[in-house]
Amino acid sequence: MIRRVGFILFLTLLAIVPLFSPYYITMGSYIGLYSIVALGLVLLTGVAGLTSFGQAAFMGVAAYTTAILTVNYDWSPWLSLIIALALTIAIAFILGAITLRMGGHYLPLATIAWGISLYFLFGTIPALGGSTGIPDITALQLFGMELRDEKVFYYLIWVVCLVALWVSTNLLDSREGRAIRALKGGVSMVESFGASGLRLKNIIFIYSAVLACLAGWLYAHMMLFVNPSPFGLGQGIEFLFMIVIGGPFSLWGAIAGSTVITLLKTVLQGILPKLIGQTGNFEIIVFGIMIVVVLQWMRGGIWSLVERLLPPKPNKPINDSSNLPQRIQPARGEPLLKVDTVTKAYGGLLAVKKMSFELFAGEIVGLIGPNGAGKSTMFNLISGELPRTAGNIYFGSENISGMRPPQIARRGLSRTFQHVRLIPGMTALENVMIGTYLRTNDGILAAGLRLNQAAEAQVRAEAARQLRRVGLEESMFVPAGNLSLGKQRIVEIARALCADPVLLLLDEPAAGLRHLEKQELARLLSDLRGEGLSVLVVEHDMEFLMNLVDRIVVMEFGEKLAEGLPKEIRSNPAVLEAYLGGV
Amino acid sequence: MDLQTILILAQDGLTSGAIYVLIAVALILVFGITRVILIPHGEFVSFGALTLASLQVGVMPGTVWLLLILAGIASIMETVRLLSSGAGKELPGVLAVTLVPPLVIAALVKFCIPLHLPLGWQILLTMLIVTPLGPLVYRVAFRPLADATVLVLLIAAVAVHFVLVGLGLLFFGAEGVRTPPFSDVQLTFGTLNVSGQSLWVYAISFVFIALLAWFFSRTLYGKALRAVAFNRNGARLVGISPHLAGTFSFALAAAIGCLSGILIGPITTIYYDSGFLIGLKGFVGAIVGGMVSYPLAALGALMVGFLESYSSFWFSGYKDAIVFAVVIPILLWRSLSSVHYEEEE
Amino acid sequence: MTERLLTVRDLNVRYGKVEAVYRASLNVDRGTIVSVIGPNGAGKSTLLNALMGVLPSQGSVEFCGKDMGNVSIERRVAQGLCLVPETRELFAQMTVEDNLELGAFTRYRRGDKGIRQSLDKVYELFPRLQQRRTQIAGSLSGGERQMLALGRALMSQPTLLMLDEPSLGLAPLIVKEILHTISDLRSTGVSILLIEQNARAALQISDYGYVLENGEIALEGPSADLANNPRVIESYLGIGGDGTVSGNDAPQEKG
Repeated sequence: MIRRVGFILFLTLLAIVPLFSPYYITMGSYIGLYSIVALGLVLLTGVAGLTSFGQAAFMGVAAYTTAILTVNYDWSPWLSLIIALALTIAIAFILGAITLRMGGHYLPLATIAWGISLYFLFGTIPALGGSTGIPDITALQLFGMELRDEKVFYYLIWVVCLVALWVSTNLLDSREGRAIRALKGGVSMVESFGASGLRLKNIIFIYSAVLACLAGWLYAHMMLFVNPSPFGLGQGIEFLFMIVIGGPFSLWGAIAGSTVITLLKTVLQGILPKLIGQTGNFEIIVFGIMIVVVLQWMRGGIWSLVERLLPPKPNKPINDSSNLPQRIQPARGEPLLKVDTVTKAYGGLLAVKKMSFELFAGEIVGLIGPNGAGKSTMFNLISGELPRTAGNIYFGSENISGMRPPQIARRGLSRTFQHVRLIPGMTALENVMIGTYLRTNDGILAAGLRLNQAAEAQVRAEAARQLRRVGLEESMFVPAGNLSLGKQRIVEIARALCADPVLLLLDEPAAGLRHLEKQELARLLSDLRGEGLSVLVVEHDMEFLMNLVDRIVVMEFGEKLAEGLPKEIRSNPAVLEAYLGGV
Repeated sequence: MDLQTILILAQDGLTSGAIYVLIAVALILVFGITRVILIPHGEFVSFGALTLASLQVGVMPGTVWLLLILAGIASIMETVRLLSSGAGKELPGVLAVTLVPPLVIAALVKFCIPLHLPLGWQILLTMLIVTPLGPLVYRVAFRPLADATVLVLLIAAVAVHFVLVGLGLLFFGAEGVRTPPFSDVQLTFGTLNVSGQSLWVYAISFVFIALLAWFFSRTLYGKALRAVAFNRNGARLVGISPHLAGTFSFALAAAIGCLSGILIGPITTIYYDSGFLIGLKGFVGAIVGGMVSYPLAALGALMVGFLESYSSFWFSGYKDAIVFAVVIPILLWRSLSSVHYEEEE
Repeated sequence: MTERLLTVRDLNVRYGKVEAVYRASLNVDRGTIVSVIGPNGAGKSTLLNALMGVLPSQGSVEFCGKDMGNVSIERRVAQGLCLVPETRELFAQMTVEDNLELGAFTRYRRGDKGIRQSLDKVYELFPRLQQRRTQIAGSLSGGERQMLALGRALMSQPTLLMLDEPSLGLAPLIVKEILHTISDLRSTGVSILLIEQNARAALQISDYGYVLENGEIALEGPSADLANNPRVIESYLGIGGDGTVSGNDAPQEKG
């Protein structure tokens, strides 16, 4: 309710600002333009954990493209927008493809370098007007009306900004958006549900570049003149400062930040030179100090303070049943997983040596061994996280060795993590929804335009169903970080179940659980088997497995030590020796 | 283009390349030890040249004020930290280390300015003023963020760059300076003239790099710094404090930056914001080395020097655009040639 | 007669909202080996990391009569506390000898002249390290790495050495060798706090033992007594039985 009232107040304020003075209109237009760019940066920086100093350069690409096409070639600005968008997407794609495979700091470094490079090009290429720029850009035409009035342009900018805000909000709350938010939990988690981390990062970088492109195009047609100075690295840095000050974790932080920085800059540019007695952009000193202080004391920016005052967002309703397509489980006893003489070497060190074992549909198999025996390595070889050195792994009749985790996930293999990988700030329900990534196929466009609501309702219902299935219905709307470790592990299992797997891989699910929690977990797994699911459990805790699993495979020093029914393993002298060791 | 031109350009390229090597080495050092991508390194370069220029004309350099202000802020931060963690009895010692050296340096500068010391002494004084700025900047801006991600540290680094550039303008004004060369000698090899300043640059860079190499491979303190870069946790477990290592790496970076500024001052006019681009060119070298390999970074930095020199001959206006655009193919090469680990934060 | 080296009272360690160690209290006397056993995920490594200051904790830790609250890892090392973590944390890109020398870093800062002798002593203890002294630590085998980790720790001349799973991933023969070395260290005046999966071996070489379960100390006693305790035998020294020594739902038993 307060949120809605606040939003209406904000809209009213936007609507009446132009009534005051032309000065307000100019300021308001700039704030709107910068907010569009900052929205993209929030998604890139606060949500996906990447960043760019080159957003001003993307603005420049659009502004110069439309300037040249409309002035020199007499194109319609709308047509030139399409070209600008295409160019922006191409550049962002190339930059992303080159840098995103490497560590997170290469993208910002690359954007610094190309931002500077482009700035110098704008200033030197004669066809671009050098440092004087290109004047007399064609004005925008809308419904046969020429948009030369500042007031009209102000409204146009804010309409675009609000649409961008709406689309970005929708995007975050969608299949791809959830996966992008989950990138913070580690790429391997996202990939284990079939999404490609690289592709998601690329998408979000391109999206933020597109927003900057829109802003640049608007800028050119607002000023009807372009020169290099607004597109330099300094401006690119200022955009980043806006979201750090405003709040990088919320879309509203973008608008708050661009408002604060823009207004403050005007004020400081008025005061500081008089105070100091010489001309110069001294406001950068204040901005720099502000950023350091905010980073040290208030990582969530201004908006985190506002957010604290607002009531929590209401939970969305949940349908009773979902009818997402379900896989047909293979018949009980069919061969499901076959590990065939698999070896993994790290340099000269053999972590896994010629391991072979099989798992049949409807079984729970335990993979055990002392610490350091190579169980986790074996696990990661099956899930595709690690490439094997030799041997083959078959899933059903298909050879999956050499496949990457997303491909393997697509074939019905779903996993949990030894160190729980949930997104602490997202509710248990949202976390579990990530698991359904492969079961719907809404793209970015559908999500942004909110055409995905039917599928979203299904996904929500399915996630709720899985949470009920594992007995965590009451924790559905609790942030995952507030749950106990035991419950977090169960949430991970619910998330894995959401992928509708044929085979569930569990990595030490009982570690750190209390006695009763272990019993509950065992009961849950046993129920799942009853429903036809197959499970491979890597575990250290023998007791936990003994009464649960159908068969046990024992590893030691990367090799298979024994295999058999639990009671055979219990009395196997070699296993006893391995587990107890000797002095 | 005749051989003469090729050689002259090579000489120019080697001169600026040698300075970029120094900068690249400092950047990798700081990144390895503190994970800070030191965007403001260039400011130490311009501060070096500008401080020396101020001393030349007998004016109190603004960097001395910066030194005192930073020392004041650092003292306040230390006081708050120590009192809130109940270690108040360490306070006098810590304050002495933080406040006394800057005060002594300031007094020394005040005393020396009217003496019109020879160039060598002024250079020494400049190093004394600028070098402590490094540890103080680390203490004030970066140490409280020691646990933050590389990304947050990078944003903080850019913010510090803004502050220092703004202060550079405030202290030194918008006028550029050119400091006197170390020697006016012109050597002639056949048809090629080599300036004495270039020879000084080669010699000092070489000696400095050799000293660094010796320090890191032969002394236990040098090895300890490398150990922090390789494995922070391991280093702490043998008793090496990452904060001390960070402080030291920033001091070394500031010293290297200052030296680079002093070396380049007689060759090109330095403004309050010139250091940024010079520092970024060092960065291109560091990126060639993947921010880890010193030899590759040095090679990359030399390449940047030559690239800049030759492209200024052929397409002078596009010199900087070319130098920075070359980062893209470099990154492509690194992306294709090296094994990657996903960075999980 | 015996001197208390380490006194831990009501130590709590939390990971976010998860309580990993709860009200743990334990003591180590000078010249003794104390072992902590318990299942995976019970919080054993967490306990050691908290004692070293790697993880923040609440409660009191007193070492050599001094309160260790707010004391940084580096200072703890300088005061004679040393941890060999489960992950070893070697400097993989540096040579074996560099690793060992760095182990004596705090002594070097103090101006200690006996570092060369300590190095010779470590080589005497682990001749294999001397053969490989110029090799990069990353190229060592698992057993050699463990020796190097142990050797590096000894270079600091610790008063109390904390070892996290020294037998991890090693072949039985090497385990035997390492544990032998550890038990010999006692005679050189080093006290040891040992964490082991390999409960039988740990109880064999230690003087006193604690059983940690779900972050709480469930049992304690002289190692020989623990080794004969039927519940310990059932849960840790043999395979069988129905569960843990004493879970949340069973009454606490303190020896």
